[in-house]
Amino acid sequence: MTDALTPVLTDNWDAERAWTLAAYEERGGYAALDKAFAMAPDDVIDAVKESGLRGRGGAGFPTGMKWGFIPQDNPRPKYLVVNADESEPGTCKDIPLMMASPHTLVEGVILSAYAIRANTAFIYVRGEVLHVIRRLQRAVQEAYLAGHLGTDIHGSGYHLDLIVHAGAGAYICGEETALLEGLEGRRGQPRLRPPFPAVAGLYASPTVINNVESIASVPSIIANGPAWFAGMGTEKSKGFGIFSLSGHVRNPGQYEAPLGITLRELIDLAGGIREGHELKFWTPGGSSTPLLTPEHLDVPLDFESVGAAGSMLGTRALQLFDETTCVVRAVLRWTEFYKHESCGKCTPCREGTWWLTQTLARLEKGQGTEADLDLLLDQCDNILGRSFCALGDGATSPISSSIKHFRDEYLAHLTNGGCPFDPVASTAFAPAGASA
Amino acid sequence: MSTEYPVAQGQAQAEAAAPSDVLDATTLAELREIAARYPEPRSGLLPMLHLVQSAQGRITPEGIEACAEVLGISAAEVNGVATFYTMYKRRPVGDYHVGVCTNTLCAVMGGDLIFERLKEHLEVGNDETTEDGSITLEHIECNAACDYAPVMMVNWEFMDNQTPESAVQVVDDLRAGKPVHSTRGPRLCTWREAERVLAGFPDDRADEGPTAGPASLAGLRIAREKGWTAPASTLASSGEETDRD
Repeated sequence: MTDALTPVLTDNWDAERAWTLAAYEERGGYAALDKAFAMAPDDVIDAVKESGLRGRGGAGFPTGMKWGFIPQDNPRPKYLVVNADESEPGTCKDIPLMMASPHTLVEGVILSAYAIRANTAFIYVRGEVLHVIRRLQRAVQEAYLAGHLGTDIHGSGYHLDLIVHAGAGAYICGEETALLEGLEGRRGQPRLRPPFPAVAGLYASPTVINNVESIASVPSIIANGPAWFAGMGTEKSKGFGIFSLSGHVRNPGQYEAPLGITLRELIDLAGGIREGHELKFWTPGGSSTPLLTPEHLDVPLDFESVGAAGSMLGTRALQLFDETTCVVRAVLRWTEFYKHESCGKCTPCREGTWWLTQTLARLEKGQGTEADLDLLLDQCDNILGRSFCALGDGATSPISSSIKHFRDEYLAHLTNGGCPFDPVASTAFAPAGASA
Repeated sequence: MSTEYPVAQGQAQAEAAAPSDVLDATTLAELREIAARYPEPRSGLLPMLHLVQSAQGRITPEGIEACAEVLGISAAEVNGVATFYTMYKRRPVGDYHVGVCTNTLCAVMGGDLIFERLKEHLEVGNDETTEDGSITLEHIECNAACDYAPVMMVNWEFMDNQTPESAVQVVDDLRAGKPVHSTRGPRLCTWREAERVLAGFPDDRADEGPTAGPASLAGLRIAREKGWTAPASTLASSGEETDRD
């Protein structure tokens, strides 16, 4: 029986100066390189396939399979790009990972780049996390000096350059093809697919783009074996992942556990919902995943089960809201976010998110009519699935799911002539016992 | 190549370049250095624009022309990029950029009240700078620190678990010239110094601050208390096998 929490990626976060090369190597860091270099690159891909690792950036696509799509007979250079543009609301796992142990990511980059036969790799990190960028820059510099990067790494004949690239503020660049545009020095607007990046990505060359946590999981898979990784988690959602609890819970934070743990178990570990209050609604994996309610507390947090419950596992960004929170206010704010972050390329998303905020803002002020709920759902229907990327789709998730679960609360704004909630009661610094 | 970059004529009559607005030779050389890091030079544009902000306190017409010249693309193309990303500012930014997260979770946890209090206290609106040029206030989107909500960023460093009172204290200390530290990071530098790091020119602060903040360790602490670990490696131990879990 596996323990409830299985620290692997987070295991050195309590170590003194864990971000340094010395601390990382002391724990056996970079030892997986020699093991991988003794294997053929295809065997490294097979090991990752066998482990069952699925993308940790939200979509859950099998990582090894993605690597296998790189056409090795294409004469152009191959590229590995790490998506470190963590910005899906609620998601806060990659940033502490890169702050505490940037070398875990760098080691993962070397192994992954070797597998897909790339000689240049990039870490595209959002620009708004200065200290994380410092630690990444330092780690890369240390790795070069130690011979883990550069030419003839560990005498293997393999060479790799790694560039840390800071973004400049655009949620959309978390979408992999928009990220590539940003990395090419252009406006971050998603590309039409196909061709997929594996065939024509960065500079129209074969490119693998993976999330930080996916790449950071690779060293442990190579060191301990695919069976070790696959021994955790559920049948189709294997391994461990970092679950991020935020909001109205006593001890918010990062909890690394096998996939399939439930929110009830996680809330227990986190000391329960804040005293005197109860859970009202939550997101399983960021704001783009449909809201769930307390009736879903026992849903195993794996890709299949959360999907069957009508949402998505996403990034395991568990944002918890208690009964002091107005769901209409919460949803309006997310909608304003999507409107702000829509890149403007596709009309349904650009115009649709604008119309959604108009309709929602009116409802929130108690000025609309019940027919506006149908109007909102109709607007969602005209956005969902009609754009190049999933930003617009994500914008519809909180709206349609909140109307499904909390229709009465929308109506209460109409009968009340405005929001019936006291915004102070939901704050972290509210006086004890405050209620809506 | 002239050491002085020619000021673009007619680009912005209203923003006639003061002498300090002219990019110096060092900055021009650094712009070229950034472009040379990449397989294709244009990939350097985002960090190059960060460097322009570091050198000039904002995105200037001269900075745009310089990037265009280095990359061999039009100023319009550079402008298109500079206007797309929210970290690039057309108006001068103060010594300290204060960003208050008002995305849903932080807003609900108190971010809205913090932002309101700071607007009142600093007597500025969103994306405006105090008269003394010290603080630029902006409400920002999710900055990936939700377990520390409500969160404020100063020059893109984390200020975790804020209250309206603590936020006011931070900006007052900054205006008084007192040293302020990120709650899980280094002492704060100025916005222009921060932009230089983002351009890929590291400073000496990587080793400051802790490995992780308390919330980042919430699960790990419990695992340590209970003796919970990931299972042992399934590979035969060869003696030199490193225990990674």
